[in-house]
Amino acid sequence: MEAKMQLNTLMANMFATGLLDDQFRQLQILHEGSSPDFITEIITLFCMEGEGIINDLAKLLNKPFVDFNKVDTLLYRLQGSSATVGAQRVKDTCIQFHKFCQDNTRYGCLDTLDVVRNDFYDLRSKFQIMVQLEQQVWTFYRKH
Amino acid sequence: MTVEKRVSGAGGGGGGDQFPVGMRVLAVDDDPTCLKVLENLLRRCQYHVTTTGQAATALKMLRENKDQFDLVISDVHMPDMDGFKLLELVGLEMDLPVIMLSANGETQTVMKGITHGACDYLLKPVRLEQLKTIWQHVIRRNTKPRGSDNDDAGQKAQNGEGENGGANRNKRQSRRDRDENGDDGDDSDDNSNENGDSSSQKKPRVVWSVELHRKFVAAVNQLGIDKAVPKKILDLMNVENITRENVASHLQKYRLYLKRMSMDASRQANLVAALGGRNPAYSNMNSLDVFRHYNNAYGRYRPVPTSTHSQSNNFLARMNTPSAYGMHGLLSSQPLQLSHAQNTMGTSLNDLGVNNGNLIRAPHMSTMVTGTSGNSFANISNGVSLAPANRSVQPLESSNRQHLGRINSSSTDSFSSFAGESPHFPDLGRSSNTWQSAVPSNIQELGQNGSMSQATLQVNGHRMEPVSSFTTSSNQITSLGNEMQSQAASLASSTLPMVFNQDAAPFTFTSSTNSREALNSNLAFSNSGINNSLPNLRIDSSAVPRQALDGGNAGGGASLQDGRIDQHTTGNQLNYTNDLMGTSRLQRGLSGSLDDIVVDMFRPDNDNGGLFIDGDWQLV
Repeated sequence: MEAKMQLNTLMANMFATGLLDDQFRQLQILHEGSSPDFITEIITLFCMEGEGIINDLAKLLNKPFVDFNKVDTLLYRLQGSSATVGAQRVKDTCIQFHKFCQDNTRYGCLDTLDVVRNDFYDLRSKFQIMVQLEQQVWTFYRKH
Repeated sequence: MTVEKRVSGAGGGGGGDQFPVGMRVLAVDDDPTCLKVLENLLRRCQYHVTTTGQAATALKMLRENKDQFDLVISDVHMPDMDGFKLLELVGLEMDLPVIMLSANGETQTVMKGITHGACDYLLKPVRLEQLKTIWQHVIRRNTKPRGSDNDDAGQKAQNGEGENGGANRNKRQSRRDRDENGDDGDDSDDNSNENGDSSSQKKPRVVWSVELHRKFVAAVNQLGIDKAVPKKILDLMNVENITRENVASHLQKYRLYLKRMSMDASRQANLVAALGGRNPAYSNMNSLDVFRHYNNAYGRYRPVPTSTHSQSNNFLARMNTPSAYGMHGLLSSQPLQLSHAQNTMGTSLNDLGVNNGNLIRAPHMSTMVTGTSGNSFANISNGVSLAPANRSVQPLESSNRQHLGRINSSSTDSFSSFAGESPHFPDLGRSSNTWQSAVPSNIQELGQNGSMSQATLQVNGHRMEPVSSFTTSSNQITSLGNEMQSQAASLASSTLPMVFNQDAAPFTFTSSTNSREALNSNLAFSNSGINNSLPNLRIDSSAVPRQALDGGNAGGGASLQDGRIDQHTTGNQLNYTNDLMGTSRLQRGLSGSLDDIVVDMFRPDNDNGGLFIDGDWQLV
């Protein structure tokens, strides 16, 4: 079915471009055959939380005096959730981000924050498509 | 595959399920994504899972019912509470195994987790295989799986899988948890309490009794505070119904305590040095305060101050004034054999007692620990030991003997004696009072051990009857000291060449080995001499303690080098040393003229029955 084909293409693309890594595959395998609710749920949570974190990071970095410890801690939050979901690129950017944090360089951090933001939103839009396609496929297979 | 949707429940471990099925896990993570994934994975492992996004909530749940959970998994970076803090609290209050979880895999952070007591540290993203083996931490923590658990095929499969996974994980674990998990995998069953219930049942709470703590400290001293790992401590302690986890957490607390003590001690050392070490009152206070600190810090043993304490303080004050026999000689590089001998002793003892450092420090009285022969000392020196201090001197010969060969073990001896074994040398104890009295003054002369000497004296006072006598003879001592010093030269050549030589080498802060060896020989010697009559002891000990005193100070210095030395302990060590030396010296027999003086000085009058005799140390 077309939705399935599109989904497969999308997934292949996401893995190929490094947006997703093996962790996501693991999650998929674990839930093979069951409803995509779980995957959908965590993806949705990730997107929501991620956006909030990125906004908070922006706020912290735009203060006159940056509390890099707070930034670092918040960053680990984003890194943790992206690692858990399998969002490889976002995770890697977070790791880069940490280095700037430790060096206490605001501009390095701000630049990296932009990269993170881009990666995140890129992933998020693809996730949204994925979720829709998953639902379609699942609905289709349940009916048949 | 279906995701089991079990309601996280309180109490009861998975009903009739076999462990680790139904193991009750509390998962704490402020990240809902991770929490959800973790919950899902844990459910796949057939655990009972409760989740919360806040550390405060988790604590509340844990405190509500301590038997509610078997294991806690917690994130490191949380907004409302630091994960390490939660870790500590859970470890202290509930003594549950806690696994840290984080995206932060920096060595420093992982190390922090382990040192704070985490039994494992997992990196995000967590994989299912890792979670399958976490039940091992529960087993290790003093619980026992139901006997019938292993019969279940599924269980076996899971166990096997878990073991394999565990083996892989253990590579990482052992790197990170070398103290905790490395080689303890097989010990859990042996160490687990005899608890017929399922492993999810609560573990019997281990109460660190005086005896237990004594053994613990002895083991720690024997191993060396830096090398004391829970497993080895546990082996040395050879006590049933205690797991390595118990020891580990106790060790953690002990280390914290020692750190506090050393800070106190170094502070006091600075003060004493500033005061020129000539402030008996101050010294007295220090030792007492340190002791109180110890008790408070440890929260278990509480001395009941009595008038005897004040007496001892006064006594110490008086004692402080008399010249430091050995110390003076040594310090001023006078050719006093006596002082040298004392130095050696002291050094050795200090090494013994302070060597593993913490022992001495923690209970500032712990010089007793180092001492081999001074049973009474031993009892007094440790704060812990002080509790049973009231038990009269009991023969401790056997324990002393076994430790003779080992410096570190000397502390063990004191503990054992402390624990209530009868010291073998009641007489010696008396005489050692005198020696100790002498020593403290010396120590104080050094300006380092004022507090120690105070402590020593106090220690001695505890069992040492001669406190009163000492008081009266303080004047004698003063004069005697002078005489001694003058005679020391003559004596030294003839009587204490050996000690002197031995002492000379170790008479540095860092040279512990030599002094140890010297001490060992002395100890061995004194061991045999322990049963000697008091008069003999007096004679010899006069010479010996001084040397020991000097050495002791040096040794004490060694322990102080980190600024962590507990002056009290050093003093105690010296006392102990003196005692020991006295015995050994006794063996050799000192020349006469000095002996007479010494005999007079150190006649063991037990009028006061020891300063501390009335002091009741209670286990709190």
